[in-house]
Amino acid sequence: MAVITMREALNQALREEMLRDENVFLMGEEVAEYQGAYKVTKGLLEELGPKRVIDTPITELGFAGLGVGAAMVGLRPIIEFMTFNFSILATDQIVNSAAKMLYMSGGQFKIPIVFRGPGGSAFQVSSQHSQALESWYAYFPGLKVVMPSTPADAKGLLKSSIRDDDPVIFIEQERMYGNKGEVPEAEDFTIPLGVADIKREGTDATIVARSIMVPVALKAAEALEQQGISCEVVDPRTIRPLDIDTILESVKKTNRVVIAEESHPFCGVAGEISTEISERAFDYLDAPVKRVSGADVPMPYAKNLEQLAIPDVERIVAAVREVAYAD
Amino acid sequence: MAKTTQQMSKQSATSTNNMNATESSQTGVIDEPPPISPEKLKVIKKEQKNRLDGVDRATLVELFRQMLLIRRFEEKSAEAYSMGKIGGFCHLYIGQEAVAVGALSAIRKDDYVLTSYRDHGQALAKGISADAIMAELFGKATGCSKGKGGSMHLFDREVNFLGGHAIVGGQIPLATGVAFASKYKGTDQVTLCFFGEAAVNQGAFHESLNMAQLWKLPCIYICENNQYGMGTSLSRAMSFHEIAEKGAAYELASEFVDGMDVLAVREATQRAVERARKDYLPTLLEVRTYRFMGHSMSDPGSYRTRAEIEKYQERDPIKLFSSSLKEEGIIDDAKIAEIEKKIREEVEHSVRFADESPLPGPDELYTDIYANPVQPGKRRE
Repeated sequence: MAVITMREALNQALREEMLRDENVFLMGEEVAEYQGAYKVTKGLLEELGPKRVIDTPITELGFAGLGVGAAMVGLRPIIEFMTFNFSILATDQIVNSAAKMLYMSGGQFKIPIVFRGPGGSAFQVSSQHSQALESWYAYFPGLKVVMPSTPADAKGLLKSSIRDDDPVIFIEQERMYGNKGEVPEAEDFTIPLGVADIKREGTDATIVARSIMVPVALKAAEALEQQGISCEVVDPRTIRPLDIDTILESVKKTNRVVIAEESHPFCGVAGEISTEISERAFDYLDAPVKRVSGADVPMPYAKNLEQLAIPDVERIVAAVREVAYAD
Repeated sequence: MAKTTQQMSKQSATSTNNMNATESSQTGVIDEPPPISPEKLKVIKKEQKNRLDGVDRATLVELFRQMLLIRRFEEKSAEAYSMGKIGGFCHLYIGQEAVAVGALSAIRKDDYVLTSYRDHGQALAKGISADAIMAELFGKATGCSKGKGGSMHLFDREVNFLGGHAIVGGQIPLATGVAFASKYKGTDQVTLCFFGEAAVNQGAFHESLNMAQLWKLPCIYICENNQYGMGTSLSRAMSFHEIAEKGAAYELASEFVDGMDVLAVREATQRAVERARKDYLPTLLEVRTYRFMGHSMSDPGSYRTRAEIEKYQERDPIKLFSSSLKEEGIIDDAKIAEIEKKIREEVEHSVRFADESPLPGPDELYTDIYANPVQPGKRRE
């Protein structure tokens, strides 16, 4: 297997799926001539041409809605948001059109579309450019929400998302584009949506982590191993539909769970997972479920404050030690 | 008085725009406050009669029949709503019939139509049966959206009716995307996108017109200017009222159209369709019309005077058209009575059909959420 960056893995997925199906087109700000604000779409304009790879004006509501309309009549758009922060302008079309079209048309109009781009924190880009919005989109029936944490997952899940017949919110992480990992080279390599992955096996505590919290959780698990605590790291990969069964299986084995996320805690995905665990595996718990979330504040600019706002290895280690009653 | 679009077109012709310049059909438009003078009515009538010449007799009668069908269907909807048979919101199209019927008579069956929540008229004119629409209003399983959409969300894939959309202006980017797909696939299908004048203040309108002209998309934007966004008059909501002229901001071809004359709407739409079909060019039509009923069934309409409504009713598009047809000997009272009788039967049938149809089964609550429902947790091999 080749070792490539997440950026390259996403690029491969886009290229392969666009070559596979000519109804797939890619549209967004700076995706074509500029080769992508984060170079995820590098080379695609040259290879696939301006009909398939389209630079848009800065008009998120407009081109998101255009994508949904095109999907109503058989195309399979990939709509790139330069960052998911800008998708906020397009939420009317994502939520009111894409998510509900199949239902309110009585099953007549499916919307096979992918909205993708980076989300979450970046490098000191302050409040309006550092938001984890997965809980917004995961709230809505009709949407699927995917968050990869490795280059292989990124490629396999993006290919599945493009082939899927429903609207998929595919949230990449700006700080992970350069992360490297092994990626299978087979053209038909895909990873199904709705399937969690156990990133590390363990016996004493479960850490549920997604996106950029997965490598952080793995580092925490290594540190905890040194301290005699064996952690299992479960990556749901798909937030909706959520593979709660895999999480529950792990919790039933370890009886302790920490959920790590960089999003705000209030009404967040960790809160949802925690509730599922309480409802369905309460008797297996030896300690209350513990969340490690991003600070409940708009993201600050100053480097030291930004670091305080994002969960790190130390906070996850401390949380696991707390649920393990290790101190 | 408004500037005409001809003046605007002269300005835009000096730009780099190489498309067909804006045309004008500044005739018969309701461009003065009521009352409409008898002289003006005569002019309006003469203009409609001039338009009769180019259209064959069967088509003229069919246009009349469709408008009357919408009127009677809507009257029956109001009745059913009052009886509690229809829930939620119910926005009637009475007064605006000439817009849907005129515009849709200018397109092919395989062309696309999207509209707002005031969608019964377009749905009927596009060919969804009165039965399927009434059943949808009644929330029945036999409705055109299986009872899941209701009055505001009529859909029918069979006739390329792509919905009633209930966020003001939300259908405008969608229609732009449907037109984008036609060009992408290389077909010559065009898309008609209807919206009220209040939607013109939304960003979705401006973003869509910009993209449509930038990328030359075969979308025809039909603004039904009925002069009220719910209870707020145009003059209280829009700084510059000449909506057709707003097309010039994006170099779109645009026209003012008399929305009370079904043939004026038809002709303007035909011109727009030709541009769209041949050259993938978008058009903005501002069709001036008036709704005779409230915004929805729950609107008492206290923001308008009875006198204002009555003056516009002098220009009732159905009365105007039937009297033109009669005076030209195209139709007589006997024929009108015959059409009226058939329509009454059709509408009565739709109510019986809707009444007798089953409610959606409880299992329908959880269907149609995903086209590809994923059972989470199936582990990878």
